[in-house]
Amino acid sequence: MSNQHMPLWEVFIRPRNGLDHKHAGSIHASDSEMALQAARDVYTRREEGNSIWVVRSSDIVASDPDKASENFDPAGDKVYRHPSFYDIPDEVGHM
Amino acid sequence: MSTSPALALALIALADDHLILGHRLSEWCGHAPMLEEDLSMPNMALDMMGQARNLYTYAGQLEGQGRDEDDLAYLRTDREYKNCLLVERPNGDFAHTMLRQLYFAAFMQPFWEAAAATSSDEKVRGFAEKAVKEIAYHIRHAGEWVIRLGDGTDESAGRMRDAVDALHIYTDELFCITDDMKQCVEAGILPDPAAMRAPWNQTIEHIFNEAFLTIPEVPFPQEGGRDGRHTEGFGHLLSELQYMQRTYPGMTW
Repeated sequence: MSNQHMPLWEVFIRPRNGLDHKHAGSIHASDSEMALQAARDVYTRREEGNSIWVVRSSDIVASDPDKASENFDPAGDKVYRHPSFYDIPDEVGHM
Repeated sequence: MSTSPALALALIALADDHLILGHRLSEWCGHAPMLEEDLSMPNMALDMMGQARNLYTYAGQLEGQGRDEDDLAYLRTDREYKNCLLVERPNGDFAHTMLRQLYFAAFMQPFWEAAAATSSDEKVRGFAEKAVKEIAYHIRHAGEWVIRLGDGTDESAGRMRDAVDALHIYTDELFCITDDMKQCVEAGILPDPAAMRAPWNQTIEHIFNEAFLTIPEVPFPQEGGRDGRHTEGFGHLLSELQYMQRTYPGMTW
């Protein structure tokens, strides 16, 4: 199946109203309408969801894995960014 | 006069359409041109099997001779099957399979809609209501493929035109009415197949228009399935379909 006629699409499924769409996988399809149908057939056969998004994989802009250290490591030693230094009154209970 | 015997026969013909087309679709399982369609076609096949099961079971009850869905589906001889010829035509290439599905779904959609709205039989209404949702998807899926192949490359458009030439001659039989069906139509239990021609034409014209296909003239329409006269490949189809039940009678899993 040539990529020219059947590009790759990423599929996002929302399991229930009120929840977020989650990445489910990918499929090949000629266009958006066929991508939705393929996603429906491949990923929602067992009542996995009630809404589908499809996005051309080539339209996704991803961070560069080679730049992971400069992107993400600097957050590592900044524990004060976590809201873990507050005393929670007992009345609030579990948060 | 009770309409039960006529209804049983009419429902068996309808069930045969679904069983045989479902079986043809299931032959693609593991052989489809791409994974997405390898799931899609068995999905549709399962919808058709489910509808066939309901229809056979109810027909068996109306008949009152103790035949259940398996007896009707697996233990009759070729002449006893009353499916229209269209549904038994071999899969051919993917264009043939999608066009065959479109032709059938474009007929069943208005048929089930009319049955859901007007049938005097509660069970038939129930089957129809369930089937309407499933068939709407079949028509969309097969229709979108016919459009993309017809409006695709030279190769795909040529194959689509070949499929139209090969299959259009079998479409007239969809609208034929048998004596049994006629009784059921008059009793308000089933819609008249002939009344589906206008909506069928509309659906096919709309899709063919987008697919750059022309509806061919058919001087000699092919029919006979409703009388039990089938095409050459039907015996081979049955031998595969019935193998398990014939080899291990009464088997379950």
